[in-house]
Amino acid sequence: MRDPLQAPRWVHWMLIGLAMLVVAFLLVMPLAMVLGAAFREGVGVWFAALVEPDAVAALKLTLMTAAIVIPLNAFFGMATAWAVTRFEFRGKQALLALIDLPFAVSPVVAGLCLVLLFGREGWFAELLARYDVQVLFAPPAIVLATLFITFPFVARELIPLMEQQGAEEELAARSLGAGAWHTFRRVTLPNIKWALLYGVLLCGARAMGEFGAVSVVSGHIRGLTNTLPLHIEILYNEFHATAAFAVASLLAALALVTLVVRFWLEARHGDALARAHRRH
Amino acid sequence: MSAIATDLRRRMRHPLPGFGLSLGLGMAWLGLIVLLPLAALVVRSAGLGSAGWLHVLHDPRVRAALALSFGASSVAAVIASIAGALVAWVIVRYRFPGRRLMDALVDLPFALPTAVAGIALTAIYAQNGWVGRVFEPFGMKIAYAAPGIVIALIFVGIPFAVRTLQPVLETLGRDQEEAAMSLGASRITTFRRVVLPELAPALLTSFSLAFARALGEYGSVIFIAGNLPFKTEIAPLLIIIRLEEYDYDGAVAIAALLLATSFICLLAINTLIPRLFARKRRDA
Repeated sequence: MRDPLQAPRWVHWMLIGLAMLVVAFLLVMPLAMVLGAAFREGVGVWFAALVEPDAVAALKLTLMTAAIVIPLNAFFGMATAWAVTRFEFRGKQALLALIDLPFAVSPVVAGLCLVLLFGREGWFAELLARYDVQVLFAPPAIVLATLFITFPFVARELIPLMEQQGAEEELAARSLGAGAWHTFRRVTLPNIKWALLYGVLLCGARAMGEFGAVSVVSGHIRGLTNTLPLHIEILYNEFHATAAFAVASLLAALALVTLVVRFWLEARHGDALARAHRRH
Repeated sequence: MSAIATDLRRRMRHPLPGFGLSLGLGMAWLGLIVLLPLAALVVRSAGLGSAGWLHVLHDPRVRAALALSFGASSVAAVIASIAGALVAWVIVRYRFPGRRLMDALVDLPFALPTAVAGIALTAIYAQNGWVGRVFEPFGMKIAYAAPGIVIALIFVGIPFAVRTLQPVLETLGRDQEEAAMSLGASRITTFRRVVLPELAPALLTSFSLAFARALGEYGSVIFIAGNLPFKTEIAPLLIIIRLEEYDYDGAVAIAALLLATSFICLLAINTLIPRLFARKRRDA
């Protein structure tokens, strides 16, 4: 007998066709555009745009920012996840909501907040002036803005998974006499390693791609405070479209790696990631 | 294993180490990186006073930008929710070649840097672009006009819609649908009376998520928007412009409005929507 809930064949295929159109126009086409436009004038031009000094400086700053942001947010994300999933305390729900906060705040607003702290009229203006430290329109502000934006990624991946796994294995290790560090390294870390890896990857991809918040605080000084996304903006606005797309293709490749790793992790280690993947 | 655990829990007061340390570290980091900057904005906007607020809100350029941002974000969130529901439905209910690829591609807007998406969408919908070219002879402008802004905002919103609706559709019992249809309800009636009410909270959540994201979005919109004052200038851009003019009060007021709106969206998602539907279900 036919499944009674199955719509007639033509409805079925019409819906699939419509969904494919949505995905093709909205998602596939931009990706194709980036790659197509990046190589429009040949591999030589593409490569030249990447090794040009301003692009190299932007790449360096972007990588340096990611190298600072990822370990910090991974470390503190793990600490938060441990506190939230292994202990009961008052205000836990509020803390969970606060962790998600940066997802809801506009990147431009996040950047503005940093200006209010470190700008000319900012809370720390006098302090910074006394010690002659430049934060705004310099790499420190770029790092701070990126830390804000990527704050939730690692914790968000770890919390649902560690909640699901429970504390039983760690309790068993402790009861057998394992020390705190030993328990963490031999029991907790192996259990969360794939989710941690995925969280780090998401954090890194976002750190290297962040535009709005960094744009507000960077000052756009070429060769000094330009990250890759800001470099793309400058190239595009100066009508160097091919060069802009060449640099964009680097970041698009990073995005594709993120998607492929997620695809692979879910296929191979599905139970090592949290079930409820909802928001990012 | 679980017997050991309960026994341990009973015997030891703090069976696992590091509560104070991990909570302290987490809270300190949260406070330093997230809460302190936001506090600066809240304090500064509270200091504006009613005169300051009125001054900013009377500015027709600010009103135009806010109207555009709220309007375009609402339209985009509605379209993203409907299109997202379609994609989620097809992925959950049907089996077809390319289904898993489609599922993976949905996350692209999460992963693709906004500036990259921005220039790509602009190139596609500009007058000489792949799609813009088709509409150009009819005098329809997509890029550098409101439709372009809406398209960019749909792009950023659609993964929120799919990923919110997908788990709900997966757990949606087919029993009720089967019961309705065996009692003679048509396919359309079944969808309207059985499936849609079950989906309603998820649809509202997906709208709120997509709307909140769209309202604050900057990178993917800024290239396609055109950025003409009073016409195609979005609120986040006006914040940056005010900042560049050293008009801190103007920037703070717009930013505070956007921040308050995101709080309301968060509140709606976490509290209002679940509560609203919990009551309805109880009454029914």
